[in-house]
Amino acid sequence: MGSYLRPTALGQALEALGEGPRTIVAGGTDHYPARVGRQIDEDVLDISALRELRGIADTRKQVRIGALTTWSDLVRAPLPAWFDGLKQAAREVGGLQVQNAGTLCGNVCNASPAADGVPSLLALDARVELSARDRVRELPLSEFITGNRRTQRGHDELVTALIVPKPGKGARSTFLKLGARKYMVISIVMVAGVLVPGRGGKIADLRIAVGACSEVAQRLSALEADLTGRPMTAALAKPEHLAPLGPIDDIRGTAAYRRDAALTLVRRALARLMIAP
Amino acid sequence: MKRESRTVEFTLNGAAVSAAVDPGSRLSEVLREDLGLKGTKVGCEAGDCGACTVLLDGEQVCACMVPAGQVAGRDVTTVEGLAAKGGLNALQQAFHRHGAAQCGICTPGMLMAASDLLRRNAKPNRRAVMDALGGVLCRCTGYRKIVEAILDVAKAQAPPVDPPAGAAVGARLAKIDGQAKLTGVEAFGDDVAPRDALLLRVARAPYARARFTIGTLDRLYADHPGLLRVLTADDVPGNNGFGIYPHIKDQPVLAEDRVRYRGEAVLALVGEAAAVRAIPEEEIPILWYAQEAVAGIEAALAPDAPAVQEDKPDNVLTRGRLVKGDVEAGFAAADHVVEGAWQTGFVEHAYIEPEAGCARRVGDRIEVTVTTQAPYMDRDETAQVLGVAPEQVRIVPSACGGGFGGKLDVSVQPLLALAAWLTGRPVRCAYTRPESMAASTKRHPARITARAGCTDEGEITAFRFHGDFNTGAYASWGPTVADRVPVHCTGPYFVPNVAASSTAVLTNEPPAGAFRGFGVPQAALAHEALMDMMAEQAGIDPIEFRIKNAMAAGLETATGQRLEASVGLVDCLEKVQPYWEDWRTAAVMRNAVKKTVKRGVGVGCMWYGCGNTSISNPSTMTVGVSRDGRVTLYNGVADIGQGSNTIMVQICADALGVPAGTVGYVMGDTDRTADAGKSSASRQTFVSGKAAELAGADLRAQVLRLTNAGPKAEIKIGKRRIVVRDGADRHEIDLAALPELAAGDVLRGSGTFDPPTTKLDENGQGTPYGTYGFAAQIAEVEVDVDLGTVKVRRMVAAHDVGRAINPVQVEGQIHGGIAQGLGLALMEEYLPGRTENLHDYLIPTVGDMPEIEVIIVEDPEPLGPYGAKGIGEPALIPTAPAILGAIYQATGLRMTRLPVTPDRLRAAILARERDGGND
Repeated sequence: MGSYLRPTALGQALEALGEGPRTIVAGGTDHYPARVGRQIDEDVLDISALRELRGIADTRKQVRIGALTTWSDLVRAPLPAWFDGLKQAAREVGGLQVQNAGTLCGNVCNASPAADGVPSLLALDARVELSARDRVRELPLSEFITGNRRTQRGHDELVTALIVPKPGKGARSTFLKLGARKYMVISIVMVAGVLVPGRGGKIADLRIAVGACSEVAQRLSALEADLTGRPMTAALAKPEHLAPLGPIDDIRGTAAYRRDAALTLVRRALARLMIAP
Repeated sequence: MKRESRTVEFTLNGAAVSAAVDPGSRLSEVLREDLGLKGTKVGCEAGDCGACTVLLDGEQVCACMVPAGQVAGRDVTTVEGLAAKGGLNALQQAFHRHGAAQCGICTPGMLMAASDLLRRNAKPNRRAVMDALGGVLCRCTGYRKIVEAILDVAKAQAPPVDPPAGAAVGARLAKIDGQAKLTGVEAFGDDVAPRDALLLRVARAPYARARFTIGTLDRLYADHPGLLRVLTADDVPGNNGFGIYPHIKDQPVLAEDRVRYRGEAVLALVGEAAAVRAIPEEEIPILWYAQEAVAGIEAALAPDAPAVQEDKPDNVLTRGRLVKGDVEAGFAAADHVVEGAWQTGFVEHAYIEPEAGCARRVGDRIEVTVTTQAPYMDRDETAQVLGVAPEQVRIVPSACGGGFGGKLDVSVQPLLALAAWLTGRPVRCAYTRPESMAASTKRHPARITARAGCTDEGEITAFRFHGDFNTGAYASWGPTVADRVPVHCTGPYFVPNVAASSTAVLTNEPPAGAFRGFGVPQAALAHEALMDMMAEQAGIDPIEFRIKNAMAAGLETATGQRLEASVGLVDCLEKVQPYWEDWRTAAVMRNAVKKTVKRGVGVGCMWYGCGNTSISNPSTMTVGVSRDGRVTLYNGVADIGQGSNTIMVQICADALGVPAGTVGYVMGDTDRTADAGKSSASRQTFVSGKAAELAGADLRAQVLRLTNAGPKAEIKIGKRRIVVRDGADRHEIDLAALPELAAGDVLRGSGTFDPPTTKLDENGQGTPYGTYGFAAQIAEVEVDVDLGTVKVRRMVAAHDVGRAINPVQVEGQIHGGIAQGLGLALMEEYLPGRTENLHDYLIPTVGDMPEIEVIIVEDPEPLGPYGAKGIGEPALIPTAPAILGAIYQATGLRMTRLPVTPDRLRAAILARERDGGND
């Protein structure tokens, strides 16, 4: 028979995790769907009462997204334009019910290849803050997620925040999701992008990430390198820029289709980023 | 085992609540089972359907994903908290006015999602409404009336007025059972069990084809003390088989030593709910020997294919055939011959309410309350499984949260009856969503080839058709599909020479059964594409071509049936024609300048025989007046959301000559109502409606006879007496003075109607149906050619329904049919083992629906009640062909494999580019 803990202080939560592994539940939007028709009796750590994990905080160099920040919290938060892409992703997660309960950190920890938040967070160079009773560490998101439903989180660790470093001045962002229906749809392909404009209409910094086309969403670093420093009109993605992707055939689409659609969406994302707001 | 309970205090619908609950259990379970608030519905337990939407601190969440422990100190609002008991708030009233609830299973979720929106935004626009409802699935309404209702909340309107005597037919009467659906009071299949009911859980086959043995159960009983009974095939006292046809009971209630599809029932665990739920799958001692499964029509028809059913070595369940005229001569006379091949997959009904019910034993009788489309068939099926007389079984339909054909076959009925029979305790069961999807019937996958020819003038001379239909592991409605398809395969056109055949093929896949259209939607893909192709070759506009060949009164169908009346196809086509011309022209102009997003407009027509094919399918209705003046319609029709409760009352009230608001009803209880057949084959308005009219007329005739009044006399039924006014004469019947006939009634009228049909001969010739529905729909789509995505922007649907008994409900059926047709065309494909949930199996959301203009055409059917015929299935059939035609105009590609998913369409676009195709 499992136990259910819902501590009100982070220290208690970390203590509990230190004593043995537990399933961590925040919004419950991945937890329950994975247990349909089953008696749920595992040891659970419900972190929803940890007030200190709520909220989005802006410090001088970075933005800290607390572990209990829901998709809806993010959408409502007054944030700079470089969060627009992530907000767009938030609006396309499940239905409003899921957006109201599900958290960004949970999305990252669940580590689905089609996790809606991951491409934008990768494009934002987000880092993951992991806390245990005796330590706190930070990992780049790209290192944190190691595969399909696999992360670097130790059994005694809790993801306590996502940390987004501020990009250069004037940064903007976008997000495109391709699914077979409107609302509540698992992505066939997602593309997220962040662009920092430079002088003379050139691209100072560009980051493009593609989701649902490989075990873990990928940044297209060759594309980023090719376009950085170029005039904003000259941007053009080529098929070889998609080399980091490894799409598969599944019920939502073929690998060939994903590759083809990814290129289209990357080009569209670039076109959007090029248009000054 | 369940976790230790903990006291959770929170505010529920404005009142403080303290409940001892497992903090890790789902809030939906706590609300429904611990607190008894059954208005919150469970459709998937995975956040995919939104039926369980409640407000948590004012925000919509899925109660199935909220840990009960998280509501401590917070505010929870459910549908029961929207209005004071017995009343409706402004939102609920708007839903009622607009007919926004059909079956009602999604309604609580829709209301809560809308409440969340209206709290934040009292006058939302359409976009905001759609965003708010994006997380709630509805399978009945096509969402249109829900959106309209929410947009209309802000406008205070007077409640609808009940029509006076004689004015019910044709009135936009609100559902007479609508209020219960809006307040959460309506009891669906999983809402009816008493608290002490045992739980039944089915263990199912993980393999598509396997043999198995069941090991000793001692260990299971010992380890799980709350487990009272494990049912196996050996426990079935009667016939361990069920099936739609009296002579084909080929699907075991519980498999005996082999299984033929993944999801087949093997054994049933019965006991205390918590104990039964807690049994891990791997502890159930079934030893499996998997065998190579037969998947798909091609594999099943291969010469060396293993037999799915041992007595059918060629894997052919049945064949259908139709020959009219001389098809070869017809093709010889043609100037243009076109042909094609089409393919569709399994389609899941995806009713939001999974199969559910409760059974109890009462002496030597068994009572099953269950979500169903066919109470009398359930009764007879259950009786033969228990080995008892049909009269020993009582079926009481619960409210039905969507059927669409999927609740015509029994599901939980025989299992629950068996468990209650053997244990003597009430027993309940509700399938989980994956279980419902794996176990239940599907639309038949089809492989169709067809060929048609016409003259230069556009006159069709010949039509040849063959369809193979994958009927899965068991017969279910396979023979019906094989029969119905050849009859309808030409489409609603006059064709002098026809050769058609069909085959129902057995495979190790889910039984394909009845699904809105019985194979006709698949066949319509072929005939409508051929019409377009012939029109193109002959250089005639596709609608003109259809009008030229349209079926009309006085012409003979492919079965040689001369249609006498109510053939409104040309009228339907002429009604959509102005839109067609505008939209087609606009698309051409737009496409000349737009490179990526191309528009197209397509047309689809259909005809559909109302009632069962070539067999007697009578309905009987009774209407009574009690001593205290209550009028009750004993209505054997299962209302599955289509609105038959309201329709039957409207018809009967007018026939009797009293206001509809004064007629009560009993629905479908086999102890209290006569057999009105199944809610299938678009037959209830036509067949049972006619019976309701005859019953009302019979009662009226008796009243007039008793008072010696003339036929135009006015009847007023008051408490204890009936007053009849005939011109200046006034008569009275003292009800108290009359002897009781039955169930408190002192007067009773009844009516029976069986549509006139004949058997079809060996060439498929005869009169299969008493009447046919006709329709034309046009669709405008936008195709993103770089991604292969298709958005249906708007549609016009013109349907000849003979007479719209209730226009709101006719519109609702059409909206919902279009939604399902859109799903069939663009996104729905069930893959056993891979899409057994509502996030991998996609049905349209509110955001996928086009604007729809409904045009009701009324070409009266002399046989029908007040001229009416059916609309349920006709609504869906033309949609996919219209969408495919629109994709053709947009892209130049005739897509022949459904669903047209983005990857399939994009692959076709790329293939054409590679092949050097132009434009």
